[in-house]
Amino acid sequence: MDWLSIFQNSFTQMVGVAAVVYCLAALGVNIQFGYAGLLNFGQAGFAAIGAYAVAVLVVTVGWPLWLAIICGVIGSILFGLILGVPTLRLRADYLAIVTIAAAEIIRQVARSVTLNDYLGGSDGISGKYAADWYALNPFEGIDFFVLRFSKNDLWVVLNGWALVAIIALLTWLLMRSPWGRVLKSIREDEDAVRSLGKNVYLYKMQALVLGGVIGSLAGVIFAMAAQSVQPDNYATTLTFYVYVIVILGGAARVFGPIIGSMIFWFLLVFISELLNNAVRAGYISSDILSTDQIGQVRFMLVGIGLMLLMIFRPQGIFGDKKELALDER
Amino acid sequence: MRTRLRVVDDGPGLLAHRRDTRAGLLRRRWALRSLAGVGALLLGLGASVLPALAADTGLKGTVKDPVSGSGIAGVSITVTGADGTPQTVTTAADGTWLVQVPSAGKYEVTIDQTTLPDGLTLADQSKVTAKVNVLSEGRVQTVLFKLAAGTAGEGGTAPSADAPASKWSQIPQLTVDGLIFGIVIALAAVGLSLVFGTTKLTNFAHGELIALGGLSTYFFNGVVGLPLILSAALAVVVSAFVGGWVQNRYLWKPLRKRGTGLIAALVVSIGLGLFLRYFFLFIFGGQTRSFDAYAGQAGIEIGPVLITPKDLISSTIGILLIALTTFWLLKTQAGKATRAVADNPALASASGIDVEKVISTVWVLGAGLASFSGIMLGLQVGVSWQMGFTILLLVFAGSVLGGLGTAFGAILGSIIVGLLVQLSTLIIPTELKYVGALVVLIIILLIRPQGILGKAERIG
Amino acid sequence: MSASPEVNRQQAALVRGTLEYVAPVPGAPKPDPIFIGDTINRSFGGLVAVDVSHLEVQRGSITALIGPNGAGKTTFFNVVTGFDPPNSGTWSFEGRPLAGKPAYRVARDGMVRTFQLTKVLSKLTVLENMRLGAQGQRGEGLFTALVPGLWRRQEQENTDRAIAMLEKFNLIHVKDEFAGALSGGQRKLLEMARAMMANPTMLMLDEPMAGVNPALTQSLLEHIKELREEGITIFFVEHDMDMVRDISDWVIVMAQGTVIAEGPPAHVMRDPVVIDAYLGAHHDAALTETGESLTKKADA
Repeated sequence: MDWLSIFQNSFTQMVGVAAVVYCLAALGVNIQFGYAGLLNFGQAGFAAIGAYAVAVLVVTVGWPLWLAIICGVIGSILFGLILGVPTLRLRADYLAIVTIAAAEIIRQVARSVTLNDYLGGSDGISGKYAADWYALNPFEGIDFFVLRFSKNDLWVVLNGWALVAIIALLTWLLMRSPWGRVLKSIREDEDAVRSLGKNVYLYKMQALVLGGVIGSLAGVIFAMAAQSVQPDNYATTLTFYVYVIVILGGAARVFGPIIGSMIFWFLLVFISELLNNAVRAGYISSDILSTDQIGQVRFMLVGIGLMLLMIFRPQGIFGDKKELALDER
Repeated sequence: MRTRLRVVDDGPGLLAHRRDTRAGLLRRRWALRSLAGVGALLLGLGASVLPALAADTGLKGTVKDPVSGSGIAGVSITVTGADGTPQTVTTAADGTWLVQVPSAGKYEVTIDQTTLPDGLTLADQSKVTAKVNVLSEGRVQTVLFKLAAGTAGEGGTAPSADAPASKWSQIPQLTVDGLIFGIVIALAAVGLSLVFGTTKLTNFAHGELIALGGLSTYFFNGVVGLPLILSAALAVVVSAFVGGWVQNRYLWKPLRKRGTGLIAALVVSIGLGLFLRYFFLFIFGGQTRSFDAYAGQAGIEIGPVLITPKDLISSTIGILLIALTTFWLLKTQAGKATRAVADNPALASASGIDVEKVISTVWVLGAGLASFSGIMLGLQVGVSWQMGFTILLLVFAGSVLGGLGTAFGAILGSIIVGLLVQLSTLIIPTELKYVGALVVLIIILLIRPQGILGKAERIG
Repeated sequence: MSASPEVNRQQAALVRGTLEYVAPVPGAPKPDPIFIGDTINRSFGGLVAVDVSHLEVQRGSITALIGPNGAGKTTFFNVVTGFDPPNSGTWSFEGRPLAGKPAYRVARDGMVRTFQLTKVLSKLTVLENMRLGAQGQRGEGLFTALVPGLWRRQEQENTDRAIAMLEKFNLIHVKDEFAGALSGGQRKLLEMARAMMANPTMLMLDEPMAGVNPALTQSLLEHIKELREEGITIFFVEHDMDMVRDISDWVIVMAQGTVIAEGPPAHVMRDPVVIDAYLGAHHDAALTETGESLTKKADA
């Protein structure tokens, strides 16, 4: 067993690119699901819009990165409006069905052979995504005890966590304002809020769009970090992971998604590295578990984890039931 | 050193990272693995091993037999660039081909049909030449040619070359295909809708009941070696018991007792579905397999329509099952109780109906029907670990279209969705036919959120 | 609101005096109606829940809406406040047509309601519940919310007003508790106080006494009377006949969806049509009651 490499990978991924990307997507879902009670299961679709906007506009069309990002944000706003208009007046689970369907529509259109010339089919688009931005990087890679980042990854991770911090700050400001009060009240009983003269539909729409915009930024960072987009990276599994993260860290808590994402990626990488090492070292017979199957076991654990969390600790692993009510205070 | 993060998929949507700047030891190990041709890497940081030519620009593909799925050697492929110079290659023993091109840009890829084995032709005669845009340097673009049984220019499942005229002549065939697909969806949708009606659970793990039916039939048929019909019957019983009774008794009933909220239950069902899908993948593997009987059954012509006997028989059974369910709901005491519970559980309970018993019955019934849906799907397109999840959204579309919670609405809505999926291929590319149905789902919700047969009440 | 209590009391007496000259018949026109409804119909499937041909509510009065179980009183409330779409009908408030307006607009126009099953936001504190009721909050905009400087002063004003209101409603000692921790009667009070934060012209109370501890009943009644003295019109649904007799200026009786009688409390309670409606309903009261309470449970 190579314990050093197990811990290196686990701790690096705890704050790595995946953790940043999923944390951003989770910050968005936290506003929608955590604070407003909206079941957006299409966060993968929002992320795909951000990622493809950068991919198509920067790599294929050749626009500057900042303009592409703005287009991605506008795209996600439009997507949120399209999803919200038919569903936000309906019962909560209709939104879940429509958003999950819409995200699948996006993925299947993106990977279609018909649009291969524009969106790259199932291979997606790779190329120079953000050369100028990477060129700004004054740092070298680090290799310090358990943390290892290449030069580029370090730049992505630093910028990514800074973006996370900004969004968390905005969330904190919003949720202690009267706007946040209305949102939290809608989660509890929207009729009561309506009877007090608040346009519930508008608030839900704002929450859906705001969370979606944050989700599209997750896609932007993902595309910039990977320097490629692939449609199957934006499947429903992404959204399910994000829900695990939100619930793990504690829904309706400003720092929930951040803590959740770190714990999630640490555990995920740690478990698969551990299993992988155990299989290779012969502690687990490869008849029972081949190394190819470790990814599958990981998904099974995520599924079980989501069930157990929701049943036994819906308030997250650190929160107590009262804190669920206390929210971010 | 300048390194690049590669993100490749090792399962649907998995975000997987691999760093090239790993310690030398690790890198060598990975290199060894790729040399050994192990395929996708794991570690959750796994990445598929890129081909040796990854740095080059080009076009590639695999020509496959549509029935057996094996590659076809010796097929001639020609790639023509914007400058007009053609490059011709023939496929290797495993059906793969690769052409390197000098730069990114637009290319035309043509398959020579005369080099195809006898009895095989392009599924779509209008796609002898594919126009492909290689988006960037360093990218190897995949080009696929879909084959079908038949000879070029002949009728059958392969549409003939005179496309515009034959387009409308496909309507009878597509209608029948749509009806059969509608039955597949309806069988699954009845259970989804009844469970929703009686317990208000939006069950995102319902697709796995479909897969359970298909996979357990494959187990009895392909592994144990029982005849297909017996296997199917056994699979329905096993699915109804394990997927229905056991699932309700040991998961959902305790959750109802705990007073788990609707949204929490929905999230639980997502977790369950995720677990089951990858459990199926773990056990069954990633391939799509067919039952050992009737795999390449020839169709019989009825008027303008070609239908295989297996589809004819299985959909007849499907219709019978739906009819029996309808009869049960309308005429029997238990069925009436079920409708009463779906209507108003508290009132039904007060009138002496054992609500838990009804719910249990609904789960068994729903799981049994869904498993038969999986068997039909398996007969048509083969069984795979995520066969249920693939059509789950269409099942939702059917249920919502008809009115979530009403069994009859679910049947009607599903048939419409089935027809829509097949007939939409007249207008949109076949690969996007599910997308069309999902778009319609969203539009329906906009116009008539309660569905066709749903009660016009406020759903706020 | 700013006029002295003495003046208001005189006005209240004036209102009652005026109503004395209104004919006690269903759909009677009032001298100064604040609310006018016409041909309002709401049916569920084949069942007609509400079928009101004409109904007026006198400005500044306390008007009770009574009737046996299943008479359609709550449905009527739901329809006119925009919570339930009617099959047909028009209604206006202070001369402005309200039909088809969403619930939040109705509330902004000054018709603020409470619910039969109280809808306090249990995970918010009592004070936060109150603040939510205030109208025109600058901090409720998505972008203005990000700049506390824009709304902090207004928030302070709302808080001061909320505290004054809580004192009046005897809830000041629980202002920092979660609303979920309150007793049923306190919730009713909180809901009423919260509705008052929205500055209603007409307050619509759906069974304000249901489930309230008898010890609290009297103080609740006093509050309602005080509200009228502030010039607010009160329109309420109630089962408790003692309360109706005690505080209302005018009573409207519904049965099977229609208005069957109207008049001052004493007159209505002697009306044979009303007694019939109650007695007729009484025969199958047990059944209806089970049905209704079960539906409520299922809804909850």
